[in-house]
Amino acid sequence: MRMRRVLIAIGSMVLLAAPVLAFQPSAGQGQFVPIDQLPPADQLPAAPLLITAYAFVWAVLMFYLWSIWRRLGKVEVDMRALEQRSANRNRAR
Amino acid sequence: MRKLFTPLSVLVALMFIYAPVMIASAPYESTMGLVQKIFYFHVPAWMAMFTAVFVCGIASVVYLFRGKQAADRVAVAAGELTVLFGAIGLVTGPLWARKAWGVWWQWDARLTMALLLELIFVGYLLVRKYGGPGSDKLAAAMAIFGMANVPFVYVSVNIWRTIHPLTTVVPTLGTSMGPRALAAFWFSALSFMLLFALLLTLRVHLEERRAELDRLYLAEEE
Repeated sequence: MRMRRVLIAIGSMVLLAAPVLAFQPSAGQGQFVPIDQLPPADQLPAAPLLITAYAFVWAVLMFYLWSIWRRLGKVEVDMRALEQRSANRNRAR
Repeated sequence: MRKLFTPLSVLVALMFIYAPVMIASAPYESTMGLVQKIFYFHVPAWMAMFTAVFVCGIASVVYLFRGKQAADRVAVAAGELTVLFGAIGLVTGPLWARKAWGVWWQWDARLTMALLLELIFVGYLLVRKYGGPGSDKLAAAMAIFGMANVPFVYVSVNIWRTIHPLTTVVPTLGTSMGPRALAAFWFSALSFMLLFALLLTLRVHLEERRAELDRLYLAEEE
């Protein structure tokens, strides 16, 4: 009886081991493959990356210039409003 | 400087328009090809960023130890430009890396330290904006720590094993890539440095106007 249980346990383990082994991930990469050896379809085109990089520089600089211009404009508007308020107060006196 | 502002703006705009012509005429690098041309504005952006960090750090030292408000205005202007040029470097770098290394990002010493430097100055701006009273002095101390980080970022590629090119790439550019590459690089670097000077002048002017407005508000309340 005891022997039978041991055999069932071993058999179950063998049966379970098969799918576990079957779904093991493949072995890790042993060495890196330089990108020039890949087929041309897998290679990234350089021109869009270069153009994107240069366009980003321009876009960021233009945005920053616009942001300074906007902030400066707001300060000037506030200053004019303040001057107007002071002038009105002086006139009222 | 105010008289020079308009001619300098025109000059910088013309230099930025002409820079791609010079970059296009530079020879291709043997292993990276076309994408290596990002180098001609990626490195100048970092040069402008490092200059901005030093201006911010030194102005912060002057503000902390001498209490000069003018130095604080220069510091905040340079702090903002640090984040601006750092963002250019951090975006153009991965675009280059994707083709050259096959990955957008690598957590190696140079890239990680450069990101941390950028984050220190993002923190600097956040502290200044939302820190409340006394935050200018706290931010000044942050800028000094940020400045101390710059030499480590620069030499990191020579000290630690990283995927990033070494610092010797720029000094040897003339001998390795020829005079056209050298001319394109320094033309681009000069464009970025002039742009930095221009933007710093403009940003300091904004801070001066804000200080004037604050002074007027206080005078009105009194």
